[in-house]
Amino acid sequence: MGEVRSQHDAPEGVWLGRLVIAGIVVLVLLPVLPLALYSFAGRWLYPDILPSDWSLRAWEYIARERSGVLEATLTSLGIAGLVTAICVVLGVPAGRGLASLTPGPRAALELLFFAPVIVPALAVALGLHIVFIRAGLADTVIGVVIAHLLPTLPYMVLVMTSTFTNSDNELEYQARTLGAGPVRAFLIVGLPTAVPGVLTGALFVFLISWSQYALTLLIGGGRVLTLPLLLFAFASAGDLAVTAALGLVFLAPAVVILTLTARFLTGRSVALAGVAGK
Amino acid sequence: MSSRRVTGALLAVAPAALVVALLLAGGVTVTLLQALMPTAGQSGMLTLQHFQAVLVAPGFLASFGLTVFVSLVSTVLTLILAVLTALSLRRMRRLRGFVTYIYQLPLTLPHMVLAAAGLMLLSQSGLLSRLVSALGIIQSPAGFPELVYDRAGLGIVLVYVWKQVPFVGLFALAVLQSVGEDYEAAARSLGARPLQAVRHVLIPLVMPGLLPSAIIVFAFVFGAFEVPLLLGARYPSMLSVLAYRLYTDVDLALRPQAMALSFIIALIVFALVGLYRLVIAVAGRRSWAR
Repeated sequence: MGEVRSQHDAPEGVWLGRLVIAGIVVLVLLPVLPLALYSFAGRWLYPDILPSDWSLRAWEYIARERSGVLEATLTSLGIAGLVTAICVVLGVPAGRGLASLTPGPRAALELLFFAPVIVPALAVALGLHIVFIRAGLADTVIGVVIAHLLPTLPYMVLVMTSTFTNSDNELEYQARTLGAGPVRAFLIVGLPTAVPGVLTGALFVFLISWSQYALTLLIGGGRVLTLPLLLFAFASAGDLAVTAALGLVFLAPAVVILTLTARFLTGRSVALAGVAGK
Repeated sequence: MSSRRVTGALLAVAPAALVVALLLAGGVTVTLLQALMPTAGQSGMLTLQHFQAVLVAPGFLASFGLTVFVSLVSTVLTLILAVLTALSLRRMRRLRGFVTYIYQLPLTLPHMVLAAAGLMLLSQSGLLSRLVSALGIIQSPAGFPELVYDRAGLGIVLVYVWKQVPFVGLFALAVLQSVGEDYEAAARSLGARPLQAVRHVLIPLVMPGLLPSAIIVFAFVFGAFEVPLLLGARYPSMLSVLAYRLYTDVDLALRPQAMALSFIIALIVFALVGLYRLVIAVAGRRSWAR
């Protein structure tokens, strides 16, 4: 292999590679830059590249209680937290069950869990809205939480299925032969080995709910105000400084969660991470 | 496997499966029923008039065309950039962790933030326009191409490409790793230059493996909502946005049409899911035969 490697290091390949990698770093960070600039911008006339004076107006505004940002942040956190808890409780056993099924029924169920991952929110949300109005769930936080289960729960189940499929069941069998019942063997032996998978799944589920816009807008009917709804309102009203400051607050959990899970994002989970970013 | 174990497994899956099936099937079924309901005062049980009304409405073809155009262009650009970046990343040793981390960043950022950043970066008085102006290429904001609120949806394309390159790129990296170095080495030993080996050997080997993720990317953009809602032109709007506007119109008579349109979107995406499963099944059979 050594010879091949030295051939790969031929100048044209190396330079092109370095160029592309520099391009990646610049292009990825490029859209994040305007958020930082605009959030501190005071007067900023065209065609100045930097604002002529800097200001904390946007940050002071979103820190004020009257702006509703704190309340929206708490609402977003509450909804995403509740959604995550429900997904863990329902998704972990479902993933374990799916992983132990034979290929036939497993494929059918996996299709059920795969479909909502791809189907756009708008295609389901209008019908759900009618149902939720009849059930008295429209315009309520609980209604929004239930609606958020549609993009999140299937994701959790798929992550858990992949975790349990790849994990070694030997230890759990040993626990069974030593007399533990199936549920006990799972709780004491199976579950602890799956903790990294559960954590990754839970963090991404939190993020999917946190980022959700269409379902919150329709089911919440504008009464349940989460961060993305506020962000949209400021962006379409044209207040770019406040939009930028809010945007930075809104993307902070995404950066934290990527940092926490980056090393788990390999192989199959990549697909699921991408799906989280629908 | 004993039948008791199968029963146990199914019981463990049941609650989650029930919740998802109820939400998905419930949402789609009610959407369809609402779309088939005759307008008040008309006779008959069910009617296709709302589907007909949506399909012949002047805005539909423009919206459908825009949606297909934006999805197709985003998917092709995403594929090209994903393969290019994966090829560059695969041999990195120094800084690999850092660069991969930066590369993955778009995966987790919410669409709404990206749409907002797109507004600041791409508008005619935005940051890019200011940079181009500083270089003396344009004299006024009007000289900068319309990338947001434009009828071709170019801003939407750019946001989605930015968001989805790492998704397909990480797939491409995995496929490249499974292809290994043998084919490339063989091509090199037969006299191919490095870029020739990549172009004629590696890329044809990798592309089929990326078909499933390309279908997913296409479906994601096809159902795009908040990005076109913020960055799109008033007319034509992408299909999801059109369905939302019909639904929230002051004219309540348009609601059944919104339902019909939203059902059509669901049908198209379900067809894409079917295509995805088919592609995976065919690929699985092929690799098994080999």
